Amino acid sequence: MSTTHRTGRLAAAAAAAALGVTALAGCGSSDDQASDGSKGSGSKTVTLVSHDSFNASEAVLKEFTKETGYTVKVLKSGDAGVALNQEILTKGSPRGDVFFGVDNTLLSRALDSGLFTPYEAKGLDRVAEATRLDAEHRVTPVDTGDICVNYDKKYFADKKLAPPSTFADLAKPAYKDLLVTENAATSSPGLGFLLGTVAAYGEKGYQDYWKKLEKNGVKVVDGWEEAYNEEFSGSAGGKKAKADRPLVVSYASSPPVEVLYAKQPPAEAPTGVATGTCFRQIEFAGLLDGAKNEAGGKALLDFLISKKFQEDMPLNMFVNPVVEDAELPEVFTKFGATVEKPETVAPDSIAKNREQWVQSWSSLVVK
Amino acid sequence: MAVPVAFFALFFAYPVAAIVGRGLKADGVWQFGRVGEVLARPDIRDVLWFTGWQALASTALTLLIALPGAYVFARLDFPGKQLLRAVVTVPFVLPTVVVGTAFLALLGRGGFLDELWGIRLDTTVWAILLAHVFFNYAVVVRTVGGLWSQLDPRQEEAARVLGAGRFAAWRRVTLPALAPAVAAAALMVFLFTFTSFGVVQILGGPGYSTLEVEIYRQTAQLLALPTAAVLTLVQFAAVGAILAVHAWTVRRRETALKLVDPERTARRPRGAGQWALLAGVLLTVLLLILLPLGVLVERSLDAPGGHGLDFYRALGSADAGGGTFLVAPLEAIWNSVQYALVATAIALVVGGLAAAALTRRAGRLVRGFDALLMLPLGVSAVTVGFGFLITLDEPPLDLRTSWILVPLAQALVGVPFVVRTMLPVLRAVDGRLREAAAVLGASPLRAWREVDLPLVRRALLVAAGFAFAVSLGEFGATVFIARPDRPTLPVAVARMLGRAGELNYGQAMALSTILMVVCALSLLLLERIRTDRSGEF
Repeated sequence: MSTTHRTGRLAAAAAAAALGVTALAGCGSSDDQASDGSKGSGSKTVTLVSHDSFNASEAVLKEFTKETGYTVKVLKSGDAGVALNQEILTKGSPRGDVFFGVDNTLLSRALDSGLFTPYEAKGLDRVAEATRLDAEHRVTPVDTGDICVNYDKKYFADKKLAPPSTFADLAKPAYKDLLVTENAATSSPGLGFLLGTVAAYGEKGYQDYWKKLEKNGVKVVDGWEEAYNEEFSGSAGGKKAKADRPLVVSYASSPPVEVLYAKQPPAEAPTGVATGTCFRQIEFAGLLDGAKNEAGGKALLDFLISKKFQEDMPLNMFVNPVVEDAELPEVFTKFGATVEKPETVAPDSIAKNREQWVQSWSSLVVK
Repeated sequence: MAVPVAFFALFFAYPVAAIVGRGLKADGVWQFGRVGEVLARPDIRDVLWFTGWQALASTALTLLIALPGAYVFARLDFPGKQLLRAVVTVPFVLPTVVVGTAFLALLGRGGFLDELWGIRLDTTVWAILLAHVFFNYAVVVRTVGGLWSQLDPRQEEAARVLGAGRFAAWRRVTLPALAPAVAAAALMVFLFTFTSFGVVQILGGPGYSTLEVEIYRQTAQLLALPTAAVLTLVQFAAVGAILAVHAWTVRRRETALKLVDPERTARRPRGAGQWALLAGVLLTVLLLILLPLGVLVERSLDAPGGHGLDFYRALGSADAGGGTFLVAPLEAIWNSVQYALVATAIALVVGGLAAAALTRRAGRLVRGFDALLMLPLGVSAVTVGFGFLITLDEPPLDLRTSWILVPLAQALVGVPFVVRTMLPVLRAVDGRLREAAAVLGASPLRAWREVDLPLVRRALLVAAGFAFAVSLGEFGATVFIARPDRPTLPVAVARMLGRAGELNYGQAMALSTILMVVCALSLLLLERIRTDRSGEF
């Protein structure tokens, strides 16, 4: 009896200490109070749920608050696939009002699960026709990005070899043992590249193409970070790691990023893009079913395709705007590549065949 | 007892059960047939087979390499020992994203082995095994070495006086005393390698997959909850079995051994044999642990135009080189420290109370609870994270967007460490002291303050330090939990590595180095306040 009594005291003291620390930590985060306030109706906070790559400049978010009176709170959780799956799991009782970051490779999964409430955003007519994939307006296109093979300019200049520009080039003997790509089963650029080859060679031909790539010494690693930072000789990380693959599956926006994030900005990007090897990703946002702040969510959707947000986006997320009157920053037009004919696959075809394509791809190149 | 049980039930058992249940139920009907279906799949069998044998091989290799280290750290005295012991523990609390990169630099192309002998081990199973040794070296050194340093060497000497050969004396006297600790260490290493995630993903390449990796893939990427649920159950069963055996060996170890102050057992090395052993162990530590950590530091300093602190300076500003991070990376450190402090407080309360309850009460049920508290170490972070999402979604417990979820998840991993550290010390407190105080008129609070507290204070600090370091490095659960825009250090590192550009890469390395130094410092502090019986970590 007396021993339990003492344990109780220990508990009380320790709990008090814990509460003290908790309160202390609470002081540091003023936004938590805002989140509690957002539960009520007519709230002035609108919550955007997204993946880890979401970024917007503070100025543009303030602009939104000034225009509409709503403050944006951002929740990021994991990569694009993980973030979407979490939304599907919490369907009907969402953590936020708007979800941003479902792309065309996952679009059908999102739409089939009934995640979004239809809303036709204001200004949708200015958005490129090719990106408007949902006639019911459950999702609104926000940006596009191209997954393409990047090359190390210095390597090809030193070797006096022309860099590859098409899928077919990659299978040529001149480029043997040069390409590194990501696992299509676990990485979105890896999947995008695989889908690009499916689009280019058809559902039958893509396997033969990958057999050729396999013979030509393509290397597969698990994720973009390893491929780009450890294996690709053109990146800063790769140079330190003495990487030996001058071709990597990355993004069309990677060369501008290399320039922007160089300590001493070079006159020319160290890497280039093989523009005939691109798969186009389109990212969408939608109003979540069960959103607590529907009005705010709608205003946010309008804002995502406003000229202001669209022009802010490229330097924050390294993607391209979808509205036709948005201008690209200079670093993009100067160092980036214009992809004339990116490959695409219809979302429902991806939803239907994705698993099977990835599986047969795995059996060809992953051992 | 009520607090730890409630904590465990609410933040572990309920979420995990809910997500597993979601996978195994269809239209409200349990589908246990799915277990058989999933287990019959050849790809799943491959995963199970690989998970098992790589864990066995990793454990064997770790014991082989780390046992001499345990001896050297326990019995030999040499300058810098404390520092080195803190340093070998650093990998254990570093996030694997970071270490994988460093390890790749050694075993991959242009790495150490490549330059010397042209050997590359990346994307081979050897890279995985060696990285597992790297991560778990400290587990063996601390568990086995901790006990070894307290075994009275005179017992072995007595046997030799009585005519036993050196080896026979060791085999008959020291080995039996040590065996339970070796078994406990082996089981912990087996548990950690069985549930290995980051190491296998980064170093193994796409050809290798453990159960944990497969659970992640099925849940997070494919949303194939039925398959994930079955795999989670399989992992549960395996981890449960490991923990049951572990609890049994721990109990055996706690049967009284004559222990002495470690200060008295360590000596300067004598004779060629001991010097060679010391040199061998130091070389192993240098190659296997210091070198990968050194690579990280080197890369963080390798700024354009010569080595310098450029990347560290860049950490201070939110708009380094173009302005894309909402918060300055340096702020992530402060976030991490805040989260880790709260997590430590929670882990201390829950773990401390659990340890107290386990000390005061015996019986099968309580012992079972002891093993249960270890379970979070063996359950996939994605399962817990997704479980949180679907269970803690109603007021008053709609914690899904609250910052408290992060320290709660971190505390789950910290609690086992607190329990393991506190338990032996609490058990050693003599109840008669307390009774004497009561007889002399002390109130229960005063008796606790005057008797218990001084005795357990050091253990409490050690436990707090471990919980803090583990929380600081925790990545798995944190990354799944949506939070106000306050990334932790490991999350910030991962985000930076996820972007092209020299500055991003350099800053990731610099942040990792800072994380490493903070971990090393808190561990070094622990070395200073180590208790005589500071548990097995």
